Amino acid sequence: MPDFFLYLAVMAGVTYLIRMLPLVLIKKKITNRFVLSFLHYIPYAVLTVMTVPACFYATGRIEPAVVGFIAALIPAWFNKGLPIVAACACGGALLTELFFVYVLPTI
Amino acid sequence: MGYTFRKGLIDGLPVCIGYLSVSFAFGIFAVGSGFGIAEALMISMFNVTSAGQLAAVPIIASGGMMAELAMSQLVINLRYALMSVSLSQRLDRTVRLRDRFLIAFVNTDEVFAIASSQRELVGRRYLYGLILTPYLGWSLGTLLGAIAGDILPTIVTAALGIAIYGMFIAIVTPVARADRATAACVLIAAVLSCLFRYVPALSAVPSGFVIIICAVIAAGVMAVVAPVKISSEEVPADA
Repeated sequence: MPDFFLYLAVMAGVTYLIRMLPLVLIKKKITNRFVLSFLHYIPYAVLTVMTVPACFYATGRIEPAVVGFIAALIPAWFNKGLPIVAACACGGALLTELFFVYVLPTI
Repeated sequence: MGYTFRKGLIDGLPVCIGYLSVSFAFGIFAVGSGFGIAEALMISMFNVTSAGQLAAVPIIASGGMMAELAMSQLVINLRYALMSVSLSQRLDRTVRLRDRFLIAFVNTDEVFAIASSQRELVGRRYLYGLILTPYLGWSLGTLLGAIAGDILPTIVTAALGIAIYGMFIAIVTPVARADRATAACVLIAAVLSCLFRYVPALSAVPSGFVIIICAVIAAGVMAVVAPVKISSEEVPADA
């Protein structure tokens, strides 16, 4: 699968250059206010676009994903850190999925 | 004087644990998208970027354009450029040029947040301790996830797959809660993203381009409407 290695080289190359060039080359601080502001907002914009609405389709059916999303939002709101937030997301989704598969049909 | 390798290791451990769960989800996702176990592992070991990798998988799996892949990685990972600029101001004299080439490779959101929150400048011993376990955790988690994706029942893998979004939620939510402008940026990005998903004419746009378009508009609008104060930190506090 030679195509895969070309894709891998492109993505790894771009990602590494973005991280490496500023650390190795830039000695002065950036002063352009628009650039600074844009760079401040871009992480949150990117992560939001990737999460909403894709997150709701991350599990087989939509209900566990929505529950997992909300279960993650609550500890994140109180700044609980990555391991706890990730665990809540998975736990919420798993319990909901189990409910749909094993409990709901028996009711 | 200076922080030790040991302190770096200790500071990096919680990040390692978080990465284990998140990269486990990535491994499952990659294999589920048609990648081999070795391919999934290589993607993680050569990139070390959650969001970038997650966006790349559907692009590669669908045989997308190289330009789409390169541009999406550029926009998604642009935040690392700023973190590297900021980190370069926080390094002490023990950090040589060749150390910078290596450290840059694992300058993730969490590693940067910890390194830049130290009171004193950080040296190379501390940094190597700090990046060691998160890198191993990211790689090992991917490997385990890729293997487990074939073994674990769908009911479990489906639930674990959401962990990677949990990581994004953990990064964005506290900042959006504390800062109204960031909350507005998040809202704009979410609305635009939904438009591209649900409006028939827009839903044909490839996923990599959707991320670029929505994120650049949301961040660009807020950069004009609510520019950051020059005097303050040029890097989001916990990104």
